[in-house]
Amino acid sequence: MELKVDALTHRYDDLTVLEGIDLDVRAGQILCIVGPSGCGKSTLLRMLGGLERPSEGRVLQFGEPPAGSLNPLTFIFQDFALLPWRTVAGNVALPLESHLASASERERIVADVLERTRLSDFRNAYPRQISGGMKQRVAIARALAVRPAIFLMDEPLSALDAQTKDLLMEDLVDLWLRERFTAVYVTHNLDEAVRLGHRIAILSRQPGRVRTIIEVPGELDKRTPDGAELSQIRGELWRQIHDEAREADRQLMK
Amino acid sequence: MTDATITTRGEVPYRGGGFTHRPMRLVSLGVFLALLLVWEAGSRTGIISELVLPAPSEVGSAFYDLWRSGNLWLHLSASLARVASGWVLGTILGIAVGFAIGLFSVVRAGAAPLVAAIFPIPKIALLPLFIIWFGIGEGSKVGLILFGTFFPTVIATYGGIDNVDRTLIRMGQSFGLSRWEIARKILFPGALPAILSGMRITAAIAIILIVAAELIAAQKGIGAFIQMAGSLFATDQLVAGVLVLSALGLSVNGLINLAEKYLLKWRA
Repeated sequence: MELKVDALTHRYDDLTVLEGIDLDVRAGQILCIVGPSGCGKSTLLRMLGGLERPSEGRVLQFGEPPAGSLNPLTFIFQDFALLPWRTVAGNVALPLESHLASASERERIVADVLERTRLSDFRNAYPRQISGGMKQRVAIARALAVRPAIFLMDEPLSALDAQTKDLLMEDLVDLWLRERFTAVYVTHNLDEAVRLGHRIAILSRQPGRVRTIIEVPGELDKRTPDGAELSQIRGELWRQIHDEAREADRQLMK
Repeated sequence: MTDATITTRGEVPYRGGGFTHRPMRLVSLGVFLALLLVWEAGSRTGIISELVLPAPSEVGSAFYDLWRSGNLWLHLSASLARVASGWVLGTILGIAVGFAIGLFSVVRAGAAPLVAAIFPIPKIALLPLFIIWFGIGEGSKVGLILFGTFFPTVIATYGGIDNVDRTLIRMGQSFGLSRWEIARKILFPGALPAILSGMRITAAIAIILIVAAELIAAQKGIGAFIQMAGSLFATDQLVAGVLVLSALGLSVNGLINLAEKYLLKWRA
């Protein structure tokens, strides 16, 4: 399944946050969206997932989601969005409860995704008992459980410390190599973008417009954080975003 | 730093600590016992007049008589039946209406101002009206407690729903949960801590209201018992009745603590 953003514009009252966005989400690729804070990248992601309606333009869906997909467009949130009163297994089971009637089928899927995310030992723990990185792995397990066609990741690593972030980034790379999933990955962190993105769309400061789209060469597993080519792309990204970021920093909050 | 010419001026003085509490059970027990002893001694020596305040030992024997004669259960069961039915009904209705206000803008616009306007009325002022409406019997008392517990429950419930993390609701929507599922699996558990603290308050309100109502108009009930003891100047029985109320309040509080411990075990 693929998505196409078509001439999307969004306003809150008379404040334009997104303007004339055209974007393709291609199957089997990770599209990173980067931009200074307040450029509307999270809003754009919510529109891709149907959680918010754009003022103008539309988001089109192409192709059928794969058979067995329970929730084709699935979010992974920055603050994990786990229910604190449910255990790890209970949180993963939550979306299955509304799509699958059979308890044994649900249990089979929960056990499978917990195994794949190496969380089986923690299935009865409550969210408050586990670390931030572990919480995000639970959220990833929950997303995997519904077999999405496209993952919509909203700064999934931003709430984590630097080391945990690196570990989880490796997990995501491994996961992509195994499953070749399609994803839109919103971030303000350029390292994450060059490490995980097949293409990187740079949004400008308010109102958000697509400035450029950079193709990142090389398979995900061949990319090393200190590789020369990646740092060159990272430098290029930073040049593009630098002035915008400075301006955004000086802006008053609404 | 290791320069030998710099002489030490001693350890860095400690200036943290304080402002935290440690449990000191013996102190609580000691104060309680000391108070009882002073009271008893005061009564025995005649410093405290028997008419003003009976000795603890007399209160104890009055309580024992109350227990033995079966009057304790007679009055307590009458009060408990009124409190339980009124409180349970008021709580169920309050949670239902609070949920409707939390979920539907129409209900919120219609009901929330009404609730806010009626909430601050001291409900005991409505007892005469309730007696006219429901008669002098059980109806007026149960109705009073229902009314008194309903409004705080409504406010606690929709306050709790309003405070449920919005990203959890968005998460539910993003996984295709229905509105009803979001209400049941996300909003209700999320509002439960607020609902339980509301219950703590409404239980206290229910006890206050039932005693007040029974003081005014009842043959049976702890309030009626206290009222009768007062009119007979039987201060030992009066104080025994008050102690029963204290025990009642403590037990209700204990029950709610238990409920919180069990239902909210996911919290730290």
